[in-house]
Amino acid sequence: MRTLIALILMLFAAPVLAQSALPPAPYADRQLDDPRLEAKARDLMMTIRCLTCQSQSIADSNASMAGDMRSQIRERIAAGEDPEAIRSWLIERYGDWVSYEPTASPILWPLWAAPVILLALGFWLMRGRIRRRKASS
Amino acid sequence: MIAEAGLAALWLAAALAFLQLGLVWFGLTTDKPELLASVRPVAVAQGVLTALSFALLVTLFLRSDMSVALVATNSHSAKPWLYKFAGTWGNHEGSMLLWVMVMGIAGMAVALFERALRRDTHMATLGAQAMISLGFYAFLLFSSNPFARVNPAPPDGQGLNPLLQDPGLAFHPPTLYLGYVGLSVAFSFAVGALLTRNVDAVFARAMRPWILAAWILLTLGITAGSYWAYYELGWGGWWFWDPVENASLMPWLAATALLHSVTVLATRDALRAWTIMLAVVAFSMSMVGTFLVRSGILTSVHAFAVDPERGTFILGLLALYIGGALALFGWRIGTVREGAQFELVSRETMLVVNNLLLSVILGLVLIGTLYPLMTEAFGHKVSVGPPYFDRIAGPVALALVIAMAAGPLTRWRKDQARAVAGRLLVPAIVLLLAFAVVSVLAWGRIGVLPFLGLVIAAGVAVGSVAPLWKRNLRRTPLFTYGMVIAHLGCAVSLAGMAADSAFTVEKLVAARPGGVIETAGWKVRFDAITPIAGDNWTALQGDMTASRGSGSPIDIHPQARFFTAPPTNTTEAALLTRWDGQLYVVLGQEADDGRWQVRIWWKPFVTLIWLGGMMIALGGTLSLLGRERRGWLQKLRRRSAVAAA
Repeated sequence: MRTLIALILMLFAAPVLAQSALPPAPYADRQLDDPRLEAKARDLMMTIRCLTCQSQSIADSNASMAGDMRSQIRERIAAGEDPEAIRSWLIERYGDWVSYEPTASPILWPLWAAPVILLALGFWLMRGRIRRRKASS
Repeated sequence: MIAEAGLAALWLAAALAFLQLGLVWFGLTTDKPELLASVRPVAVAQGVLTALSFALLVTLFLRSDMSVALVATNSHSAKPWLYKFAGTWGNHEGSMLLWVMVMGIAGMAVALFERALRRDTHMATLGAQAMISLGFYAFLLFSSNPFARVNPAPPDGQGLNPLLQDPGLAFHPPTLYLGYVGLSVAFSFAVGALLTRNVDAVFARAMRPWILAAWILLTLGITAGSYWAYYELGWGGWWFWDPVENASLMPWLAATALLHSVTVLATRDALRAWTIMLAVVAFSMSMVGTFLVRSGILTSVHAFAVDPERGTFILGLLALYIGGALALFGWRIGTVREGAQFELVSRETMLVVNNLLLSVILGLVLIGTLYPLMTEAFGHKVSVGPPYFDRIAGPVALALVIAMAAGPLTRWRKDQARAVAGRLLVPAIVLLLAFAVVSVLAWGRIGVLPFLGLVIAAGVAVGSVAPLWKRNLRRTPLFTYGMVIAHLGCAVSLAGMAADSAFTVEKLVAARPGGVIETAGWKVRFDAITPIAGDNWTALQGDMTASRGSGSPIDIHPQARFFTAPPTNTTEAALLTRWDGQLYVVLGQEADDGRWQVRIWWKPFVTLIWLGGMMIALGGTLSLLGRERRGWLQKLRRRSAVAAA
């Protein structure tokens, strides 16, 4: 019985232990050993916003939260997770705001249509300036 | 006393701007030349007063006069004098005073040096300049007074953001502002031309040097800002598509388009309405940028004081000036004829393509920057960042660079497609060779954009110099050299960007003093950690040596600094520049087990990015000298003739 109580107490103590003794983010500033996986993780980190900074990705931030997120991403990549799955997981946790890569959400459709619309508009305006072959002869 | 004198000078300058506007208005509407005669002296006096006011604020900072609220909140007596000096504009009020001073001095320069412009247009331009200055005087005097006192004066100041404590602060903001605000002259010219119905080739030739000068300074300011961010932030990034960076890029894109369209107007008397529109847009972009940065709707190292009232004020100014200019444009543009149409294969068409692509990039950057604000209004927070801008604006920029190589090889008025293709043969061969080489070296290992960037940069570099082919180099005009160097600079910069993103090698390690770190052919030996102290900071410095191959080791000293006022940690990267790239070493934090975080990057050819930027500015300068020299020589000759008589 006494052991059981001790065990239960230890269970409750676990978060406190985690805060003080355990290194919080082992992969915050440590690269993965496999360069291919590291490159994958890096590409993803470049497109994830540091939530406590000013317009920086977590790949170039000193903030501790960015370090934690880098570590999370490296661990998940090392565990064989797909980068886009990790992104969805982060978005679920922190909202669309966390991803610099605009998602396919309908509110962003105009953003993806912008280049096409602008180019079409530009060419239409330009057409008026260029003399057509027939008109010149 | 100094603060009161500064404030008085500012009020007086504002009053003179009001007078200047009135003189121009009544002088032109009632046709009284005696009123107009005093416009130029008033503009000069206004410029001098703003400069005086600014000089007085600088004095207050240098003396660390803590009874002035601005000095007390943004300076500290222990700061080195350079940062007391440059700290004058390292805050909201001071930087707005710098803005107003540049505007005053630009107006003074237009009053003193502009000779080619028709008199009524010249006067209307000065009136427009006074009009926009007035709004910014009001902003400064009513909501951002830099000279306000604080009572009782605190014993010492709160200090400057340590990220700003760098020689870059002495150079980047003033140059950027000279360009940013210098574009107000183009805006005033456009308004003046619309008011006096005077849009033609002569007008374009008068406006061109002003645009060119602002554009050169803007280019230098952006280049310097990018390099500063690169070495200061400590992660090796040189462009983040941060809204504030976009705020400086947008006026640059508009000014670049304007620079090319004004050349069409000056040479062929065409694209009149479009050029006027671009002149309005360019400075509007400067104002939009200021609004974005200063209103506090975006957070950034540049948003010193977040204050919604100021944001509303600037938004009001924006609406007034941009709306006013566009209304004037709509009202008067019907009277401006567009001029002749172009042949399909001609320099004119190529320049229109240049303008089209630059405007599209400008539109994309603007939409991408504002989009998160719009979605937030609908309660949906999103981020638009590097992945969007790179992928969307990148390809358009590559197309633009190709057009840039082809444009100067196409003749004005009418050319033959076959002849142009013939002139592009050598650049095209180089492009194919580069394709082969880069394919062999890196096929499948680097991204599509960096790959295309490298290949196109090679072809375009050759294409940029091609206009000098078979020409008598001694008789080639200076402005042609200017164009060639600026275009070559674009290719050089592009090569640097592509090489950096394709080939950078990153190494993050936890190292113990005494250890050796090897990466990308470099050997970095970590000897020791020594504590050192500066004027208002202490640091832990890594004593390291770096060597490559059999080369002798070179001492490098990355630092982790701690500033006391305000308490902040920063990193000072150690940079080792070689012809083929830069070694970038950062000392991070100490881990529990006595090891130190060390971040090392080898960045091949990264310096080309800023070398290219400087070449672009140099090209602009040569162009300016080449175009203006004739006028100066004539003036000198006339003066010496007068002196001899």
